[in-house]
Amino acid sequence: MNVANETLAGHGPHGTHGSGHSPSQKQYIIGFVLAILLTAVPFALVMGHSDIGTGVLIAAFAVAQIVVHVVYFLHVNRSEEQRWNLTALLYTVLMVGIIMIGSLWIMHHLSSSMTPGAMHHAVWTGQH
Amino acid sequence: MSNETLVMHNGAAALKPGYADHAADALRDLRQSGDAVDFQVEHHHDVASTIQLGFWIYLMSDCLLFSGLFATYAVLHGHTAGGPSGAQLFDLPNVLTETMFLLFSSFTCGLATLAMNANNRNATVGWLGVTFLLGAGFVTMEVREFAHLVAIGAGPSHSAFLSSFFTLVATHGLHVTCGLIFMVVMMVAVMRKGLTETNRARLNCLSLFWHFLDIIWVGVFSLVYLFGVAH
Repeated sequence: MNVANETLAGHGPHGTHGSGHSPSQKQYIIGFVLAILLTAVPFALVMGHSDIGTGVLIAAFAVAQIVVHVVYFLHVNRSEEQRWNLTALLYTVLMVGIIMIGSLWIMHHLSSSMTPGAMHHAVWTGQH
Repeated sequence: MSNETLVMHNGAAALKPGYADHAADALRDLRQSGDAVDFQVEHHHDVASTIQLGFWIYLMSDCLLFSGLFATYAVLHGHTAGGPSGAQLFDLPNVLTETMFLLFSSFTCGLATLAMNANNRNATVGWLGVTFLLGAGFVTMEVREFAHLVAIGAGPSHSAFLSSFFTLVATHGLHVTCGLIFMVVMMVAVMRKGLTETNRARLNCLSLFWHFLDIIWVGVFSLVYLFGVAH
């Protein structure tokens, strides 16, 4: 148990920080540069009318940038002190996933089994 | 420093029932060094981290609120009711400038936190001021975008797409506005009372709030603007 904890804490980008209270200037600069890059690339792709799987790339860059912000700006790591913050975050990610994917799934299913044309047809034949 | 180690050591041991003798050791250590000052340090440390965890849980619930709005937009974005679509309305250079305003403000907010940790009161207020101006620039651009959309007849009442667009983006904008008010309050508080324990805890919450809003904006510019124009 102890060993597992040490391994977990040691793997973060700043796992050596004893307390999460003192983020360094270096972290903010790394985060800032990465965030600028991860913003610039998808904007350049869309504004340059690139056709190479833009949708997937936008999503990938968005997820990468969110991770960068969480690690370098919000300083969430796997240290003992941050355990509950991380637990709450992971639970929220799960809930957001269920809400987003669930909504899209249900509404897509609904509209494909009840497209406006099909619905109109059903009402029409019902009346006659 | 040794106080912190002790407290953490003891806290960690107390969470695991299997480490009873470990906990007993830690407790004996604590009693040996246990004068009033030690307990006060422990108390402050506890209160500050509890406040931060409470604020964090608020942020996570706010995240769920936004996920509902994101899901609504994702479902309704194609329902333009014969009106204009995102690709026809969105001005990407404008959105890129807004994004840069928020990104730079996140960075200067980080510099304010560093100044606070270095006990530099003037630099803290100064960087908060810069962050405020950048945030105000963002809100101004967003309000102008909304005013333009309403003026050309693409207001929130025009279609399901525009209703969900205005709800999502304006909710984020309102949060940023609240953040700006929070920032002014903290600048006044730090100027009047200095970097007290209370002000430090509140500044930490403000910085969490501000960075969190930048994360929500990453979702907004990716899902709403970039997807909207790309498709």
